Amino acid sequence: MRFAIVAGTPSSGKTSVMIHTIRHLLAEGFSVAVCKIDCLETSDDERYGRLGIPVAIGLSDYICPDHFYVANLEEIENWAKKQMADILVLETAGLCHRCAPAVHGCLSICVIDNLIGIDTPKKVGPMLSTADVVVITKGDIVSQAEREVFRYRVENINPQARILDINGLTGQGSLSLKNEILNSGTLEEISGKELKYSMPAAICSYCAGETIVGKSYQMGNVKKVDFGGEE
Amino acid sequence: MLKKITISGGLDKDGILENIRRLDICVGEVLAVVGPTGSGKSQLIADVEQYAEEETLTGRSILIDDQPLNKNENKNLSRYLVAQVSQNMNFVIDMSIEEFLLMHAQVRAIKEPSQIVKDVLSITNRLSGEPISLSMNLTQLSGGQSRALMVADVALISNSPVVLIDEIENAGINRLQALEILTGQGKIVLVVSHDPTLILMAGKRVVMKNGGMYKIFETTSEEKKILKDLIKIDKKFVCLREQLRSSKSIRAVEQKKEEVAGWPKF
Repeated sequence: MRFAIVAGTPSSGKTSVMIHTIRHLLAEGFSVAVCKIDCLETSDDERYGRLGIPVAIGLSDYICPDHFYVANLEEIENWAKKQMADILVLETAGLCHRCAPAVHGCLSICVIDNLIGIDTPKKVGPMLSTADVVVITKGDIVSQAEREVFRYRVENINPQARILDINGLTGQGSLSLKNEILNSGTLEEISGKELKYSMPAAICSYCAGETIVGKSYQMGNVKKVDFGGEE
Repeated sequence: MLKKITISGGLDKDGILENIRRLDICVGEVLAVVGPTGSGKSQLIADVEQYAEEETLTGRSILIDDQPLNKNENKNLSRYLVAQVSQNMNFVIDMSIEEFLLMHAQVRAIKEPSQIVKDVLSITNRLSGEPISLSMNLTQLSGGQSRALMVADVALISNSPVVLIDEIENAGINRLQALEILTGQGKIVLVVSHDPTLILMAGKRVVMKNGGMYKIFETTSEEKKILKDLIKIDKKFVCLREQLRSSKSIRAVEQKKEEVAGWPKF
């Protein structure tokens, strides 16, 4: 089974891009299963469901969605295998941008758009720098100059990645993403594979449900802002 | 150096072979893409933009100097081959015009960035209404000023051998001059337009129908004569507009009535 992991900044068009791409895969006779990881709510299962393919949803709820994502990779893989999928697409809702979902042996796709601002590629961090494929959307509504500068910035942060321009509304360019997925190797098993970038440690009282502000309510791994040695 | 691109025909909306099986566009040529809305003009431009290799809806392929472009091997060529100006594009970066143009010039490895920034500014101000300055913010620009800056930037900084222009007639800038500036310097230009003057400024035109390339016309010498008349009319039109815009009295229009009577007969 091929395993494609899709992350990206909010509203960059991850689902739209993948729906167009999956249509091409289905047209070539591949069977595709999709799992979407989100925090509290998603309606993407309906959008994917309209393709007539198996869709699973994982809502992390009170748990950090990225940790939730890693902790469920084996289960998601097993589910997709039961669906007899040739290709598993796992879309995760990016979120804090500190984590990167990329796993060695999977094809990791990062979807960002031309509207997020020219300095944002830096802030997106490991999600962008560890991606195998970077998809840039919304190129049709910004100037040629901005497209070029934006792409250049992305290339500086991730020189190895293949960069694809895709229009999430029309699907223009999504055929190249289909080819990227088909050219990626198959994965025997996700167990034992390694994350390309470690997830942050964050085990504090707030992780465990604390809601009151103040030092005496804080326990565990707590980090403070450095104001430049005033204390 | 690129000499020509070729559009190798595909299918129309009904999946039937389109009439035109092969269309060459050479350096220095302007091709107008015409046809009613929904006839497939923008798709044709999109096929060129992504150097289609029979994988798009139309099944067309684009050849660069008779060769298909291997997108992976020619990463640099493919990135900088095509530049586009369309009516839907905006500047979204919050930055001064000067800072941004310098940044773009750096991306395109321009040797004398400060000189080219000045040139872009002077062309922009020739094309649009109230002049802009380098210290202004991109997001402050009006629609017309933005479009004028995009045209100047594509002409001088992007400087790609293939330029795609999508309906710039609605931008409120001097569209004839814009086309002249963009076609300069030996480029291949495809211009989607509904504007007779712009269409006739092109050496040939492809008529789109039901998603396919239906027919190709070379601009005839008779059409070129008509173009001259159209340009005259256009100048009058621009002149009238300038007078109305700059709060001159409408009498100025009436004084020119004799000339108006001398306009070409159709």
